[in-house]
Amino acid sequence: MLSPSAAAPALELHDVACIRGSNLLFRGVTLRLLPGQMLRVRGANGCGKSSLLRVMCGLLPAAHGQVLWHGQPMRGREGEASDLLYLGHQHGLREELSARENLDFAASLGGERPSQAAITQALVQAGLRASAEVPLRRLSQGQRRRCALARLPLARRQRLWILDEPFNALDAEGTEWLMSEMHGHLRRDGLVVFTSHQSLPIDATADLELAL
Amino acid sequence: MSTTFKPLDRDASTDAARSRRWLWLAAPPRFFALATALIPWCLALAAVLGAAGLWVGLWLAPTDAQQGEVYRIIFVHVPAAWMSMLIYLAMAGWAAIGLIFQARLASMMARALAPTGALMTFLALFTGALWGQPTWGTWWVWDARLTSELLLLFLYLGFIALHGSIEDPRRADRAAGLLALAGVINVPIIYFSVQWWNTLHQGASVSLTRAPSMASTMLSGMLLMALAFWAYSIAAALMRVRAQLLRREQHAAWAQSAAHTQARESQP
Amino acid sequence: MTVPASPTVAAPSSTRASQGAPVSPLALGGYWLRTELRVILRRGTDVIAALVFFLMVTTLFPFAIGSQPELLRAVGPGVVWVAALLSVLLSQAHLFSDEWRDGSLEQWLMHAPWPLLAVYARIGAQWLTSGVAITLMAPLIALQYGLTAPSVAVLMLSLLLGTPVLCLLGALAAALTLGVRHASLLMALVMLPLAVPVLVFGAGAVGAWQAGIDPEAHLSLLGALLALAVPLLGGAILWALRISVQQ
Repeated sequence: MLSPSAAAPALELHDVACIRGSNLLFRGVTLRLLPGQMLRVRGANGCGKSSLLRVMCGLLPAAHGQVLWHGQPMRGREGEASDLLYLGHQHGLREELSARENLDFAASLGGERPSQAAITQALVQAGLRASAEVPLRRLSQGQRRRCALARLPLARRQRLWILDEPFNALDAEGTEWLMSEMHGHLRRDGLVVFTSHQSLPIDATADLELAL
Repeated sequence: MSTTFKPLDRDASTDAARSRRWLWLAAPPRFFALATALIPWCLALAAVLGAAGLWVGLWLAPTDAQQGEVYRIIFVHVPAAWMSMLIYLAMAGWAAIGLIFQARLASMMARALAPTGALMTFLALFTGALWGQPTWGTWWVWDARLTSELLLLFLYLGFIALHGSIEDPRRADRAAGLLALAGVINVPIIYFSVQWWNTLHQGASVSLTRAPSMASTMLSGMLLMALAFWAYSIAAALMRVRAQLLRREQHAAWAQSAAHTQARESQP
Repeated sequence: MTVPASPTVAAPSSTRASQGAPVSPLALGGYWLRTELRVILRRGTDVIAALVFFLMVTTLFPFAIGSQPELLRAVGPGVVWVAALLSVLLSQAHLFSDEWRDGSLEQWLMHAPWPLLAVYARIGAQWLTSGVAITLMAPLIALQYGLTAPSVAVLMLSLLLGTPVLCLLGALAAALTLGVRHASLLMALVMLPLAVPVLVFGAGAVGAWQAGIDPEAHLSLLGALLALAVPLLGGAILWALRISVQQ
């Protein structure tokens, strides 16, 4: 399945530095992520993992250096081109809507309206079939995290997945499921960047690891 | 197979200082030196022009038949009003450059101009009231120009307040800059609507715009005062930018030595 | 709790099923508008609170200035307009802050195709539940202030044209002050000077009618403001949101 341009959709960071307020969080980060590769960013709380991910998807401008995706600088709008999926530290869901409505809305952000069957299937995969119609306000942290992650089965067109602490609040079953989703994405020549501050079995399979 | 990248050690303060210096390119130290050199000249120019303008206004210009000596306050009122508008335009211009070209020095210039602009606006309002009281018996007149000046003051205050309440300096620069742009586009609309409102309601039978007809001496006096205010505004803005640079760059070596020189000079 | 299906079995079918047909911007915008309305209406209390505030403010004035019918008839349009302005300001105060806090704002800034459309959907839903509601309440206030029926018609038309502009201005102020402490005061300082033209033309239209002058000029100026505000402020709001989110 490797086409000649498969080498082009790479994520590159050149000497990236980040400043939050008046603190220099990190500098000199240079790396290159190719299709089918997974990058794990680890570090203690407050060392800038989330900031690095936000710099990677262009939400936070780098204080120095460049982030390139497909050889072009990241501008924080790459999701519009359906090329990138960013799941932040917060779950990014609306409390008043149910899990199904949230997933429907999140999928619409990819420019598509998936069928109800597809949404149901994604909810089933995420383990939320029983609580699909309940307003998110009444669900637990773990269930909200699952709802946020339920976008992944629907996010087939997005090549680059940037996931901030996706394993937070997930139980063992959820962790298993998420790992299989991530590996599945890699097998489809996708790229995955994720952070975690715990040790997980997935860590051993990461192609690149960045310690902040 | 995993490879570990470790970013460079970021604890050393000199390291941080060096890293921030390359972020600024070399511009701030040069600008700082330029500003330091310009300020005394601008202040001197302001003093000379101001003296000349006041001489024309208070001595040369003839006494008005209707309003007597009081009208002379227009030599401060009108130039202040002109400057308040001009400074807003300049502020918005610098803010636009800062926004579009990501030039932090331009945003700092906009921030530095704002208080002086607010001062000019306040001066225009204050002298307007001082003029209105002996001439027409009221401290405030709802005429088009005064009302527009009041709204302009609120626009300045909004800019300063917005900038001051956002902690991240970069976001503060950009948000306040966007507000200045929105303001500058709105200002003609506001002026027009206030004019419309004023003529429609036929409220005050007096208007500060109906000043005594301009003799050429009066005009030259006002121009001199306007130029004096302009020179002062430049000096004030440059002084503020210097202070901002020193504050934001407090770890850089050049800023520390500049601060030391300043401290040494101010000691008796 | 159901056991998640194994990926090798699920992947092919979910790939096919999840590829919904790409949607036209109009359909997407309509869906977003409906979703935003759903969110606002489920919150419920905010909508009612803004309307009650509007009623309260207009009720307060006669206590302060006296209840002579001629006086009330003269100040009525102005009072309604100022109250509308303040209600819109209050209801815009939390326009973006909830989404900013739970992360959904950066989601749609990042991912939405035609993010400007998403902004309009958000503000449009806000307007439908604040501006339009206020316009529909205007006859009630007109009763309190003794306005004649034609005046009420002009008042409602002016509110219909003017409240969208107020909503847009409020949204700009909200976007600029996102996450700032005591944002509502700052929002007022930012929004109110910019809202003066709307106030002048809006209240002026009714005042003109009451003075026997044709309000057409005022109303067309309001319309012109609306035509200018929608594209310019929409773009500015999107820009302000990006600035505020980049932290």
